[in-house]
Amino acid sequence: MIKARVTVTLKNGVLDPQGKAIEGALGALGFNGVGHVRQGKVFDVELQTDDRTEAESQINAMCEQLLANTVIEDYAVEIA
Amino acid sequence: MKSAVLLLPGLNRDRDMIAALTKIAGTPPLTVWQTETEIPADTDLIVIPGGFSYGDYLRCGAIAARMPVMQAVRDAAGRGTRVIGVCNGFQILLEAGLLPGALMRNASLKFVCREVKLQVVNAQTAFTRAYAKDQVIRCPVAHHDGNYFAEVDTLKRIEDNRQVVFRYAEGTNPNGSLNDIAGIVNEAGNVLGLMPHPENLIEAAHGGVDGRALFESALDTVAA
Repeated sequence: MIKARVTVTLKNGVLDPQGKAIEGALGALGFNGVGHVRQGKVFDVELQTDDRTEAESQINAMCEQLLANTVIEDYAVEIA
Repeated sequence: MKSAVLLLPGLNRDRDMIAALTKIAGTPPLTVWQTETEIPADTDLIVIPGGFSYGDYLRCGAIAARMPVMQAVRDAAGRGTRVIGVCNGFQILLEAGLLPGALMRNASLKFVCREVKLQVVNAQTAFTRAYAKDQVIRCPVAHHDGNYFAEVDTLKRIEDNRQVVFRYAEGTNPNGSLNDIAGIVNEAGNVLGLMPHPENLIEAAHGGVDGRALFESALDTVAA
């Protein structure tokens, strides 16, 4: 079995109202010097294969078709 | 005209939509469950109502857009069948790639449930020809993720092609949508997505009938 971690983040230039709100809340807690905060998502996916190449191609297809909305999001894949 | 309403778990505006279509068309729409792989070929109008399909998990409309029935919607849209997605239905059409762009969390981060004003920007579509160009209508909205976004090139393309059909008017943009976009059509003009709920303003008991002309246009119950 191969474990993959997918990180989905908003593309540069796409406004992130939730990130902005978190940024504000960090400031309210007294954390000074916080720059921009961007919110994203992490998916841990187990794949029933030992073939890394196959795992990579599967997980990329999953990102393109479902895990990320490529109109507004980028994704990065790490294979353990 | 024969209409069909999609049913997906978590939608909650399906009954309002069915009632509106029934009142305006005179006959009730067919209902089509998400696992069905075909929509009858003689269907003239497919409507995806609002709600919270699949609990808005992952992204609004993302899971629903990958259900089997959506392939049937894609096929029908390709044949020229009219399709309307309202609210969550709009999100589903975007996630399914039937319309360009994306809907993001409202700029205020708040769920908005209120009445807005809409300008009919293009009154020459199959869904708006019973309105006058630039007519301003009232319409309710109720959503958390209605903030329309498209990349610069896409935005320019849909503006140039007159695919923007409704804009929030008179400073009532409730969600931060780019260019005040409230509703768009696809390039062929037979698929409409909009965040506001015209089905909730179609009879006197609703306090107004401003939404009625949209369905009258789509159902061909008015002269063109």
